[in-house]
Amino acid sequence: MKNRAAYFGVFTALALIFSYVETLIPINFGIPGVKLGLANLIIVIVLYQTGWREALLLSVTRIVLAGFLFGSLFSILYSLAGGLLSLAVMAFIKRYKGFSVIGVSIAGGVSHNVGQLAVAMLAVSTWQIGYYLPVLLIAGLLTGALIGFVSREVLKRIPERNM
Amino acid sequence: MKRNDWLLAAGILIVAVVLLCVPLFRGTQNGGSVSVMADGELFGTYSLGVDQTVDINGSNRLVISGGTARMEWADCPDQVCVHHREISLDGESIICLPNRVALAVEGRETDREVDGIAR
Repeated sequence: MKNRAAYFGVFTALALIFSYVETLIPINFGIPGVKLGLANLIIVIVLYQTGWREALLLSVTRIVLAGFLFGSLFSILYSLAGGLLSLAVMAFIKRYKGFSVIGVSIAGGVSHNVGQLAVAMLAVSTWQIGYYLPVLLIAGLLTGALIGFVSREVLKRIPERNM
Repeated sequence: MKRNDWLLAAGILIVAVVLLCVPLFRGTQNGGSVSVMADGELFGTYSLGVDQTVDINGSNRLVISGGTARMEWADCPDQVCVHHREISLDGESIICLPNRVALAVEGRETDREVDGIAR
């Protein structure tokens, strides 16, 4: 498609805006690191509309940009661990029949949290933080389901296009 | 939602609930000491039985009082560890990712020594 770069720019901007909006939401879930993952909405939609290559490029671009804008070099590292694992799992599950956008998004949310926890455990060399795993699994399940539900509704309403 | 979505969600929920139950079977008990990891290395171990304030590399401050430990201060922007509730049970932890500092409760209450071991 000839407008590929333009579409990619729009999606990157959208994902960045969602990252920013998320920093504004003052919801503290009481558990460190639990976030809604609004930007993942764009990643899921792009994954379905175009493909995993574009979603991967978008994910990495967003994490690096958002990291420099709202976070730090460290937060980029954690985000990449979660984001890349999440996308890999989503792309993998999407190929199997019997999963809808919601299931794919749930798998993405859960694996995102698992990836971040793994990096955190390595970074501080403390196995005890593994105790957060069940909480993070449930958190990933809920946020993933929510993002998946919204993604499904958005995908229903926007025209198909190939980037 | 399709059938596999539900199976996936149920599977994750079951794993989470089983993992949540593990501490119940092991029995949660008051810990004996707090070990502090900084930059991947053991910074020191401090008894929960002694009220004390520990400065960790000038970036974090640990306060132990009344048998519980909390991070009183950190120079990082997110302050997640400072807002974390105090810890006292064996296996509980507080982490400060930006500074690569972690506190973890270890051992039994009966192991509490009058003198903490500082390294």
